[in-house]
Amino acid sequence: MIWDWDYALEVLPKLLDALIVTVQAALVGFVIALVLGMLIALARRSGRLWLSVPVGALAEFIRSTPLLVQLYFLFFVLPGFGIQTSPFITGVIGLGVHYATYTAEVYRAGLDAVPRGQWEAAWALDFSPLHTFRSIILPQALPPVVPVLGNYLIAIFKDTPLLSAITVLEMMQVAKIEGSETFQYLEPLTIVGLLFLIVSLISAVLIGRLENHLGVLRRI
Amino acid sequence: MSNPSPAQVATPDLDMSRTMPSGAKPMIRFSGICKAFGSLVVLDDLDLDIAPAEKVALIGPSGSGKSTLLRVLMTLERPDKGSIEIDGAPLWHMPKNGGLVPADGRHLREMRKNVGMVFQQFNLFPHMSVLRNVTEAPVHVLGIDKDEADARARDLLDMVGLRDKVNHYPAQLSGGQQQRVAIARALAMRPRVMLFDEVTSALDPETVGEVLSVIRDLAHEHNLTMLMVTHQMGFAREFADRVCFFYQGRILEQGPPDRLFNDPQNERTQAFLRAVLES
Ligand SMILES: Nc1ncnc2c1ncn2[C@@H]1O[C@H](COP(=O)(O)OP(=O)(O)OP(=O)(O)O)[C@@H](O)[C@H]1O
Ligand SMILES: [Mg+2]
Repeated sequence: MIWDWDYALEVLPKLLDALIVTVQAALVGFVIALVLGMLIALARRSGRLWLSVPVGALAEFIRSTPLLVQLYFLFFVLPGFGIQTSPFITGVIGLGVHYATYTAEVYRAGLDAVPRGQWEAAWALDFSPLHTFRSIILPQALPPVVPVLGNYLIAIFKDTPLLSAITVLEMMQVAKIEGSETFQYLEPLTIVGLLFLIVSLISAVLIGRLENHLGVLRRI
Repeated sequence: MSNPSPAQVATPDLDMSRTMPSGAKPMIRFSGICKAFGSLVVLDDLDLDIAPAEKVALIGPSGSGKSTLLRVLMTLERPDKGSIEIDGAPLWHMPKNGGLVPADGRHLREMRKNVGMVFQQFNLFPHMSVLRNVTEAPVHVLGIDKDEADARARDLLDMVGLRDKVNHYPAQLSGGQQQRVAIARALAMRPRVMLFDEVTSALDPETVGEVLSVIRDLAHEHNLTMLMVTHQMGFAREFADRVCFFYQGRILEQGPPDRLFNDPQNERTQAFLRAVLES
C-alpha cells in the first residue's frame, strides 16, 4: 500500500468540514459538561437528601457505564418516548452528560479544597449564600482545577469518534464513508489522526496559557 | 428569701452565672445554653450576661467550650437548648403569632449584623486585595456606596497601621498584618459586639504585640462590646473588665481580673492559673 497524494488532497476538504463538526460537538459537549457538572456537584453537596442521594446515584451510574452504550440508548430508546432530535444534538447531549459526571468530581475536589474558614468568614460578614459562592468560594475553587477541566476538554474531543456510531457526520464517520467508497482507508484515517493530533496540541497550549495566567493571578 | 446555702456563704462574690455591672440592661444574654457534639457535652446549661461595652475575657483549658460559645453567638453553631438575646432580641428564635419560633435564615442574617468575629486563622479572602477584603461586605451586604466604603476602609486600615498596604494581597503580609486586616474587615460592618477567638495563637511571637495593641486601642476608644478567648493571661488582665473561667462547658468562676487572677476561689481555677502561669 502506498500513500496516494491525489486521493489525500481530494478527501482533505471533506475531512476539514467534518473537523468543524467534531470541534463543535466537543465544545458544545464541554460547555454542557461544565454547567451540568457544577449543578451535579452542588446537588451532591446539598444537605437535602432527597436531592443529593438520587443525583449522586445517577451520576455514579452514568460515570461507570460506557459512553457508547449511553449514546446508543439516547439514539435508539429516546425516540420511543417521543423525543426526537438530530443525531448531532443527541450526541452532544450524550457527551455532555457523560463528562458532567467527571467534571462534577473535579468541582467537588476544588470546592473541598477551600478551607472551612473561608465559609465561616463569609458567614460572619453576612454575605448571602449566592455572593459567598460566587465571589468568595468559586474564585478560590476554580483556578486549581482548570488544568484538570482542560484535560477533560481534550478527552471529550478524543471521544467524538464514538458519535459516528449514531451517524453523526464527524471526522471519523466521514473518513469511514470515504474509505468504504474507494476501499482506500489509509489516507482518510491518517489525516483524521493528524487532525486530532494538531487540535489536541493547540488545545494543550491554550490550556497551558490559561493555567499560567491563573497562576499569575493567584500569586500576585 | 430562704437561707443561703453554705457554699454561697463561703464565696459571697463568686457568682456562678450572670455577674454584670448591676442595673445595666445586658447587651448579650445567654440563658441555659446547651451544646453537644455527639455524646460530648461542650456547653452545659450555660448562663452569661454581658453589659453594653463590657470587655470580657474567656479563659479555661482546651476543649472547655470557649470557642463554641463564641460560635453559637456568631450563629456558626446552633445551640441544642437555651436562648441567646442580643440587646433584648432573641437570636436563635423569632417572634411569630405572639410566640417564639426557631429563627429562619433571614432573621439570623439580620441579627448577625450586630456581631463581628476575628478568627485564629485570619481567614482573609486570598484572591482579594487588602482594601477589597475590607470593602466587600459593606458594599455587598450593607449596600454602602463604593467610594464611601473605600474611604471608610482606608480609615480603618489607617487605624490598624496598614494604610500603605491597601493594594497588597493577604499572602504578601505577615501574620500580624493579616490579623490586623481581619480586625479592620470585621469593624467595617460596624458591629456592636466583637468576638476574638485566640486571635494571636497563630502568630509569630514578634507580631503578637502589634495585634494586641490594636485590640487595646479598640477597647479604649470604641463603645464596642468585646468577648475574647485568650490564653494570654497578661493581656486578659489589662484588657478585660471581667474574666470568665470555663471548665467542661460551664463558667466555674468569674470576676474582675484582679480578683480572679490574684485570689481565685475555685480550686480548678487555681490549678489552671498555676499551670498557665508556670508555662
Ligand atoms: N464541629 C465539631 N464537631 C465535633 N466536635 C467539636 C466540634 N467543634 C468543637 N468540637 C469539640 O468540642 C469541644 C469544645 O470545643 P471548643 O472549641 O469550644 O473548646 P475551646 O475551649 O475553644 O478549646 P481550645 O482552647 O482548645 O480552643 C472540643 O473537644 C472540640 O473537639
Ligand atoms: Mg477554641
